[in-house]
Amino acid sequence: MDFGFTEEQTMLCESLAKFIEREYGFETRRTIQAGAEGFSREVWAAFADMGLLGLPFAEAHGGFGGSAVDTLLVMQALGRGLVVEPYWATVVMAGSAIRLAGNDAQKAALLPGIAAGERIFAWAHGEPGSRYDLAHVETAARAVGGGYVLDGAKAVVLFGAQADSLIVSARTSGAARDAKGVSLFVIDRKAAGVAVRDYRTIDGLRAAEVTFANVQVGASALLGAAGEAFAVIDQASDLGLAALCAEGVGLMESLNAATLEYLKTRQQFGQPIGRFQALQHRAVDMMIHAEQSKSMAYLAAMRLSGAATGDGDARAAHLAVAAAKAYIGRAARRVAEEAIQLHGGMGVTDELAASHYAKRLVMLDFMQGDADHHLARFAAMS
Amino acid sequence: MDLDFTEQELAFRDEVRTFLCDSLPAAIARKVLDHRHLTRDDQGCWQDILAKKGWLAGHWPVEFGGCGWTPVQVHIFDEEAAAAGAPRLIPFGLNMVAPVIMAFGSDWQKQHYLSRIRENTDWWCQGYSEPGSGSDLASLKTRAERDGEDYVVNGQKAWTTLAQHADMIFCLVRTSSEGRKQEGISFLLIDMHSPGITVRPIIMLDEGHEVNEVFFDNVRVPAKNRVGEEGKGWTYAKFLLGHERTNIAGVGASKRELATLKAIARSETRAGRPLIEDAGFAAKIALVEIELMALEVTVMRVLAARGKAPGAESSILKIKGTEIQQTLTALMMEALGPYAQPFLPDQAEGETPVGPAYAAPLAARYFNMRKTTIYGGSNEVQRNIIAQMVLGL
Repeated sequence: MDFGFTEEQTMLCESLAKFIEREYGFETRRTIQAGAEGFSREVWAAFADMGLLGLPFAEAHGGFGGSAVDTLLVMQALGRGLVVEPYWATVVMAGSAIRLAGNDAQKAALLPGIAAGERIFAWAHGEPGSRYDLAHVETAARAVGGGYVLDGAKAVVLFGAQADSLIVSARTSGAARDAKGVSLFVIDRKAAGVAVRDYRTIDGLRAAEVTFANVQVGASALLGAAGEAFAVIDQASDLGLAALCAEGVGLMESLNAATLEYLKTRQQFGQPIGRFQALQHRAVDMMIHAEQSKSMAYLAAMRLSGAATGDGDARAAHLAVAAAKAYIGRAARRVAEEAIQLHGGMGVTDELAASHYAKRLVMLDFMQGDADHHLARFAAMS
Repeated sequence: MDLDFTEQELAFRDEVRTFLCDSLPAAIARKVLDHRHLTRDDQGCWQDILAKKGWLAGHWPVEFGGCGWTPVQVHIFDEEAAAAGAPRLIPFGLNMVAPVIMAFGSDWQKQHYLSRIRENTDWWCQGYSEPGSGSDLASLKTRAERDGEDYVVNGQKAWTTLAQHADMIFCLVRTSSEGRKQEGISFLLIDMHSPGITVRPIIMLDEGHEVNEVFFDNVRVPAKNRVGEEGKGWTYAKFLLGHERTNIAGVGASKRELATLKAIARSETRAGRPLIEDAGFAAKIALVEIELMALEVTVMRVLAARGKAPGAESSILKIKGTEIQQTLTALMMEALGPYAQPFLPDQAEGETPVGPAYAAPLAARYFNMRKTTIYGGSNEVQRNIIAQMVLGL
């Protein structure tokens, strides 16, 4: 039993935390977020220099062979800093899909570009009617000639309009909700027939509705075996969920610290409002939510890491991830709502970072399945 | 970062499992698993078996006759014993007064009392709370006046668990009313058979007899039974609070109760289907199961960080552990439907049950377990502790 980190992990965390502290203040974030792309290419290049962008990839592909625990550390730090850059979309989701499904040529062609910070990828899987059902894919890919023709629509694709390429799920056979028959494709965002409607999300990120109308791609665009992508989608989703959990822990830590600071400085009735027991107990519950969430995020990452090396049980990992997201989805919402309440009027303004942390925390629940969704999955599995 | 036990720890776990399998009397385990009341003899029998094995005080340092178990070994023992349906060990001697005697007691106290606790000869109870001093413990009024080689104790303790069976009581008493209220308190070890002590039962809401009022009427206590210095009792009491928390999260027992809850929910039906397949009820079970998973990892994080004194993290474990215990008892009661209502506290073994065989104790147990968020420092006091010690509010 060991909850410590390796020297490399500690160093990585420290350098990322230092970078965020120095270069990624709240006002900087505000400027970045309001910019044309909604994220900063300079920050992205700095992440590449730190080795963050290739962390989970093999050394041959410009990476470090990092585990889910390494991803946890990065995502937790990004959460603490309320970082908007598309790490989750590009490195965690698209990167995992390519790493898990791609052939040697595809991995060699795509992963080094991600690691070097040269290419942004988006994960285009969810659809307007799919809600959180991973198997629900109506976008169709017909085999035509030596390649495929895609038609359909993808919903709330994070950084879909900023990405150079999209990892797109499409059905090559079967009915709308069959696990079998789903395939993955790598598609250039600027390919003919791809249309993106770019918009802001409530929590300060960018996303897009993406439509495919008669989009023609070659056979080399297919990632993995035709019709067999569900297992990869499920696995990438688990890694993505664990990463979101870790981000949530970082967000809660920062938001709790800000709330505590506010309780100690804001004076009413001639004393800091943190003297009032009604508020103290709520602050304690926020802290307990964060600690229990951290335990769940650790559990998910450790189980995934164990399953990846073959030491652990894949089912236990699947279960732990569902449990963690169900837990953290609820805890995140509670911490966010309490933080706003304890900040009083300031909590509902745009001015303080607190409301921005709260918005991100609440929106975590809507990514890759909310608490009810994962609770039902967990109940069915356990 | 990993959750795995070491090979030595796994070997220890196997040893504990084998021992429990061979030595825990089946009839006693059955009572625990079925939520039936244990008699004094049931409790004594199991503690004797452990004492004979040398494991009653396995967590004590070797110099005091323990096995010097590591925190992880203690955790493994507690978890395995709970899973097997072993009675919870009475903590007042083993986990509460013993560490105080080890740290602050005289040589005579160590020699005399520790072996008697380790061998299950003496049972202890805790004389802290009073009718007017619950969460505000330092306001206690029971007083001890020095008279030659003795103290003369007068006053009243309340909520004294198992006083009806106890041989000894460790008491916080007021030896001075000068200065801050914390400063006039001393820590006395008092023989429960002393003249002048009267024990009166307090009957709980499930009609059980666990707690008592203990009256002291000119009870003479030899001065050699005072732990440490006069007036320093509050310091020793706070030290004790840190040690009271062993296994406070109760993860092993809650895992066992979760399994029981699922078994009941499989047996009960709603709309012609097993209750466990009802989406609403299944979600309630899943929620508490996930809370318990989180708590188990939090306990492991606390264990892995050991070395520093137990502090406010034990307050988190107490709050979450007791909330989970209560939720589990509530869900078991809910699972019964209308059969939650029949109350048969005196049901004889073998008597035809009313409703399902598992039903009778569950509502009573739900009510009984409301105590958990009140005792040992109410959960609100725990939140005060965290607010002060961790959050600095």
